[in-house]
Amino acid sequence: MIDVIVFAISALIIIGGAIGVIALPNPVHAALSLIATFFGVAVLFVQQEAHFLALVQVVVYAGAIVVLFLFVIMLLGVDRAQELGVEPLAGQRAAGVAVGAVLLALVVGGLFLSGDPDRGGAVALTGQSGQVVPTVEGEQDVIQLARDLFTRHLLTFEATGILLTVATVGAVVLVRARGAEDLILDEPGTAQH
Amino acid sequence: MFAQAATSPEVVWSLLWPLLFLSIGGVLLVTVTSVIPALRRPGMPAALTILIGGASFVSTIPVWRRVADTEGPTTVVAGAMSVDAFTVVMTAIIAASVVLTALVLDDYLRREGLDGPEWYVLLLMSASGGVLMAAADDLIVLFMGLEILSIAVYVLAALHLRRTDSQEAGFKYFVLGAFSSALFLYGIALVYGATGSTQIDQIAANLRLPNEAGLTPIEDASLLLAGVALLLVGFAFKVSAVPFHVWTPDVYQGAPTPITGFMASAVKVAGFAGLARVFVISFSEFGSGDLIQDDWRPILAILAGLSLVLGAFMAAGQSDVKRMLAYSSIVHAGFLLIGVHAAGHGDAGVADAGGRALVFYLITYAAMVVGSFAVATVVAGRGDADHGVDAYRGLFRKHPALALMMAVLLFSQAGIPFTSGFMAKFRVLGAAVDGEAYVLAGVAMLAAVVAALLYLRIIVAMFLDDADDEGGDEQVAGSVRKIDVPVGAAISIVLAVIVTIGLGVLPDLGRGVVAAAADVLVNR
Repeated sequence: MIDVIVFAISALIIIGGAIGVIALPNPVHAALSLIATFFGVAVLFVQQEAHFLALVQVVVYAGAIVVLFLFVIMLLGVDRAQELGVEPLAGQRAAGVAVGAVLLALVVGGLFLSGDPDRGGAVALTGQSGQVVPTVEGEQDVIQLARDLFTRHLLTFEATGILLTVATVGAVVLVRARGAEDLILDEPGTAQH
Repeated sequence: MFAQAATSPEVVWSLLWPLLFLSIGGVLLVTVTSVIPALRRPGMPAALTILIGGASFVSTIPVWRRVADTEGPTTVVAGAMSVDAFTVVMTAIIAASVVLTALVLDDYLRREGLDGPEWYVLLLMSASGGVLMAAADDLIVLFMGLEILSIAVYVLAALHLRRTDSQEAGFKYFVLGAFSSALFLYGIALVYGATGSTQIDQIAANLRLPNEAGLTPIEDASLLLAGVALLLVGFAFKVSAVPFHVWTPDVYQGAPTPITGFMASAVKVAGFAGLARVFVISFSEFGSGDLIQDDWRPILAILAGLSLVLGAFMAAGQSDVKRMLAYSSIVHAGFLLIGVHAAGHGDAGVADAGGRALVFYLITYAAMVVGSFAVATVVAGRGDADHGVDAYRGLFRKHPALALMMAVLLFSQAGIPFTSGFMAKFRVLGAAVDGEAYVLAGVAMLAAVVAALLYLRIIVAMFLDDADDEGGDEQVAGSVRKIDVPVGAAISIVLAVIVTIGLGVLPDLGRGVVAAAADVLVNR
């Protein structure tokens, strides 16, 4: 019973947030209501005992990505109400509705056509019944992931550090302020293509 | 609640030194140069980089002793990296090209009025990615190596901040490279889905029939084939094989010239090392019945043929030396692909010849291409824009030694006897003929002849002064810059020429090294 209540509340938050993203006229408000959706999804992940996914959902999506959205919105100076009456591309609204309807049909179809829940369900989509990765009894997925990350994938994990350093150094070097006056402009047309 | 602490895999540090010198060296370099201003003075970062690259190169020797002589090949850090003769040779080539590039880069940066240790930091980290890629025993590690290598090189290509050409090159390389990385990653996912492993040895074992792991043999190969195709696209982009080469001329032309030399040597070597390891080891056992490898070798042959023909013919129409060398690097990619093609042959003798030819070609190619771009750096002069064939006109009169060195390097690229390039091409073609790939060998010979014309154009320009200019000699002499060869570039060029002539006259020098490295690939 408690499961159903938790699901219902988080589903309401998710749907409310999603509607907010497309319905609110101010882009900043739209980005903020996206956070509500992400948090709702995170709650659903916890309910399914996918703690790692829930954590990533909050830290990466609600944290980093939405902040990035807000940066872009504010840096581009579009944090004002937008006129939504005009369509920049003709027919994009109708196309959006059509794609949405197809996606909905796919999800609903997959739900209803999937096989016997006793066999794991979802036979209709992949032709194979769902399988859960064998888990150690009573061990959370975070611990399992951590073990994998620090044993089998230790070198990859460490190499990620080098990759991030490269990205940081590269980004700083490329955007560093420089005098534009001594920019060497190649004469147009001298490069061969 | 809490499970017992996981035991970390044992790390055999002594086998990792060549990689650690490059990666930790890069991190340390960026740290110390930002803390101690004295180390930012021109020349200091270059000296440190040469020291680090040299340390990495020298540290391959004790590793070689262990893996080739005493203990045999092994994997480290829970099977993430193979440390074997092939890894050590590729690591040594990459470390050497770091040193040679840093030698050229030092004076280049002073000449162009650029500064900063970031060039060297990115160079070292890029090289560490290349080593990781050449050594990877797991597709995920391979991908990490590929990304470290590539992202650092994207930035390096754009790092001449005052040339719009350089910015354009970096951006083009980045956009197309990111796309190919995505395809590559998708390929890894599909191969994992089809074979149940990302480990290179394990993939081979899972594909072997009958299966050791007790899994059902793969009945429907379409998933695996799609994965193999996507992996090949990713590799072909990195090594600039036709039809995934379109970025090459623009990027090679626009990137700072010493960096172009690094891209042509280290990046290509790492790409081919990864390609050879994945395809020759992982997928060699794949195929129906006893016709193994028949699913990917024909595609490789087509890529090789296209690279040879298109590279050679497109090069002929160029008037910019950097673009010419870019197309010539596509032709070289074709020759190297023939080597991989032969190394994947079912017959052990042919495969062995192919593997040896591939390793030998990579060693010689890296040396001559770094040397060639070092000469181009020197000739172009301040601004790094003067790369037309005209800039080389009369070079012999202005600087005879430089012209002679360039001539040797270009003769070697063309495959003239008594240079290393001749022996490399000869061995690759020999392996192809052994493997009865006669058409491919014929195409390669034709491409070699057409490409030779391109090198001859530059050589002719260097040695012949225009007779018509006799009257206006004063004016020509006035307009032509004096060419100074800085010490660093001179050392780099001389080393490249020594390797080129040395391996041309004594091609059996280091025969045991090449044989041991090839052995890793083909005698699994």
